[in-house]
Amino acid sequence: MQISPILSALRHHKAGTALIAMQIALTLAIVCNTLFIIQQRVAHLSRPSGIDEAHLLRIQNQWVGQHGDYAPLLAADLATLRHVPGVVDAYATNSVPLSGGGWSTGLGLKPSQNGPTAMTAIYFADDHTLPTLGVKLVAGRNFRADEISDMPALSKPTPPFVIITRALASKLYPHGDALGKSVYVAPDKPSTIIGVVRRLQAPWTGNFAASFSDNSTLVPFRLITNGTNFVLRVRTGQMGNVMRTAPKALYAANRMRVIPDDDGVMPFSAIRAKAYASDRGMAILMAVICVMLLAITAAGIVGLTSFWVGQRRKQIGVRRALGATRGDILSYFLTENLLIGMGGVLLGIALAIGLNLWMVTRFEMQHLSLWYVLAGAVALLLLGQGAVFAPALRASRVPPVEATRSV
Amino acid sequence: MFGYYFELALCSLKRNKVLTALMVLAIALGIGASMTTLTVLHVLSGDPLPDKSAKLYYPQLDPRDLSGMHPGAEPPNQVSWMDGMNLLKAGRADRQALMTGGAVAIQPAESAIDPFFEDARFTTRDFFSMFDVPFQYGHAWGKAEDDNDARLVVLSQRINDKLFGGVDSTGKTLRMGGKDFRIVGVLDSWRPTPHFYDLTTGNYSESEGVYLPLLTAIDLKFPFNGSRDCWGNGTNADMKTGLCTWMQFWVQLDTPAKASAYKQFLINYSSQQKSLGVYQREPNVRLRGLMQWLDYSKVVPSDVHLQLWLALGFLVVCLVNTVGLMLAKFLRRSGELGVRRALGASRGSVFAQLLVEAGTVGLVGGIGGLLLAVLGLWFVRMQPSDYAALAHLDLPMLAATFFLAVSATLVAGLLPAWRACVLAPAPQLKAA
Repeated sequence: MQISPILSALRHHKAGTALIAMQIALTLAIVCNTLFIIQQRVAHLSRPSGIDEAHLLRIQNQWVGQHGDYAPLLAADLATLRHVPGVVDAYATNSVPLSGGGWSTGLGLKPSQNGPTAMTAIYFADDHTLPTLGVKLVAGRNFRADEISDMPALSKPTPPFVIITRALASKLYPHGDALGKSVYVAPDKPSTIIGVVRRLQAPWTGNFAASFSDNSTLVPFRLITNGTNFVLRVRTGQMGNVMRTAPKALYAANRMRVIPDDDGVMPFSAIRAKAYASDRGMAILMAVICVMLLAITAAGIVGLTSFWVGQRRKQIGVRRALGATRGDILSYFLTENLLIGMGGVLLGIALAIGLNLWMVTRFEMQHLSLWYVLAGAVALLLLGQGAVFAPALRASRVPPVEATRSV
Repeated sequence: MFGYYFELALCSLKRNKVLTALMVLAIALGIGASMTTLTVLHVLSGDPLPDKSAKLYYPQLDPRDLSGMHPGAEPPNQVSWMDGMNLLKAGRADRQALMTGGAVAIQPAESAIDPFFEDARFTTRDFFSMFDVPFQYGHAWGKAEDDNDARLVVLSQRINDKLFGGVDSTGKTLRMGGKDFRIVGVLDSWRPTPHFYDLTTGNYSESEGVYLPLLTAIDLKFPFNGSRDCWGNGTNADMKTGLCTWMQFWVQLDTPAKASAYKQFLINYSSQQKSLGVYQREPNVRLRGLMQWLDYSKVVPSDVHLQLWLALGFLVVCLVNTVGLMLAKFLRRSGELGVRRALGASRGSVFAQLLVEAGTVGLVGGIGGLLLAVLGLWFVRMQPSDYAALAHLDLPMLAATFFLAVSATLVAGLLPAWRACVLAPAPQLKAA
């Protein structure tokens, strides 16, 4: 295929050519970056929490009109819940992964250290916590029942020992020897690390905790306060039943409580969906915009090329009369589109990278991987070829006799 | 003339329905996406108290210890009990209120309604007058009641509707957290957006259902809502110290002169605390106005900005697309335009005729865009975020939709119309 006649023809259609190229460039720039954002959001929302979500249920309970000693109420509730048919185990805590609210604190390696070594989430735990959550110990041991003490609401925890996540352990003791060492949860009293678990995500999924999302510390305390979260491990297939029967059992044991209607009883699948709703919404929105952009660009190419084919019917007829085959005409338009597309794509690559650099400064975005740009470029060239195919085919069907007609 | 051009435009648009539909669709999609995101941004970045915001300020002090200090650090976003009480008692502003978020267990008298928890605001009395909170019945509590643990409560309209069927409930008793409170006031509907006075309980959360005097609620140890930041030996057990920041303190300062005097007062107060050995850091104060405070706190989610930019980018592609299609459409009609030129129409009138056609596409696209924006906002309202319910199109945004659609399409029509009207008529006539 000779390129120079195509180029000289394009010189007569500068505006149209520039418009198609510009549209391809803009589409490429936006599509690359949105695909990249989608990938980031999907990576974010599919990060594991470390707990056996499929079998877990959370019940939020608040006492009404009771004051003072919540400890026996809490113990009674746990006994009630553990006897509900379908419940394997249960424990009470201040917060759970993905719930969005909890307690964060800085950990030090020295007493009253200036600035923390690592940030962590604090989870109140007992000997039932690890088996309930299905969190695996990779080193050390679980808490024993006699090690759990009561802690009144809003006091400062000074745990004698803690269980921490592997991510936190390697942050505190990078040589992998955290077990048995001390860490300062309280500024002046050390806590011994007696166990390390594989993974347990912090309660927050937003930017606030991005730097310590896998740092969690379990402290051997029962939080004695008027509001608590019960976490239940449910037998496979029993989730629906337990969601109905467990709150009933609690109300039957004691009516002076509130379990909120909307989010009081939630399986972890729902907690996860809620935690990542905005990320998922954003990813879906981006995907819809991408598809619409590609469709609009394709439609634009079809529209302009059809016009050019209509405009050049006579010339096409002349070429056909002079011996050009249908294939020649078809490949003329395909090549023409490829040339415009390549121009657009080159401009688009520069735009895509520029747009990404701007977003890095503006939106805490990461740097765009070049693979996205290349994949986008190839996709747009293919889209262009696909879009131009129908008008090109119509052009190739222009009969040679057209050369002799004046219109 | 305009009417005639409009008729010509309709004729021409009807002639090639696919191309017209494509242009209208592209404009509608671009406008719909842009207006949806613009409306969300418009709602979220609005002024919660347009008549008052210029006079409201949010003082920040820095009572923290030296741990983790670095130069230029911003002071904490909230104040401690001690500082809040000191500033409140100093009373240097025209109005001032110290407050925190909380929750109360409401135990309705009728057994038909189960006990429930409701978000509450524990505050001193100026909250109501300073923020122009409208009352439906009754009034706020007085100065004396702020100081003597009075068991009084102000209800929101929503809670009054729920508990008392919307009738005047002032003077009645409401049982909360096992104690009886006398209702002194019922608010009219009030939802400042954003929830500026306490961002720790959600940037766009609804206003609280019940309002209690601060001291009363704290002494009854009612549950707290919000965020607390403690340092050193500050423990959450005793909140009445200077070692945890967890309260919001707002002041009303009627003139800029008063504002700068108040800032100086905050600096003097900090120096005094430092010389008393209470503060460890050098004075580090801020006195941000309401809108500055919202800006500093980045209340508008960055995703909303991202969506807006994405939508505007999408609109640009749609417009480039429309320019291309219009170019094709206008140039295809060079024969017809040549006839008009040959019959005496000036370049200007051909240009005007083509722009009317472009504007018509824009108008129809604008109607489509409006429908899509309504649909888009409905979709936004289905989302679980706490600002979702606020996403409604208002009159200015409605007007903006059409303005944007028509002006964008006119801009898009400029190049094609110019290209079509500069063609010399003679060759076009010959070709035709």
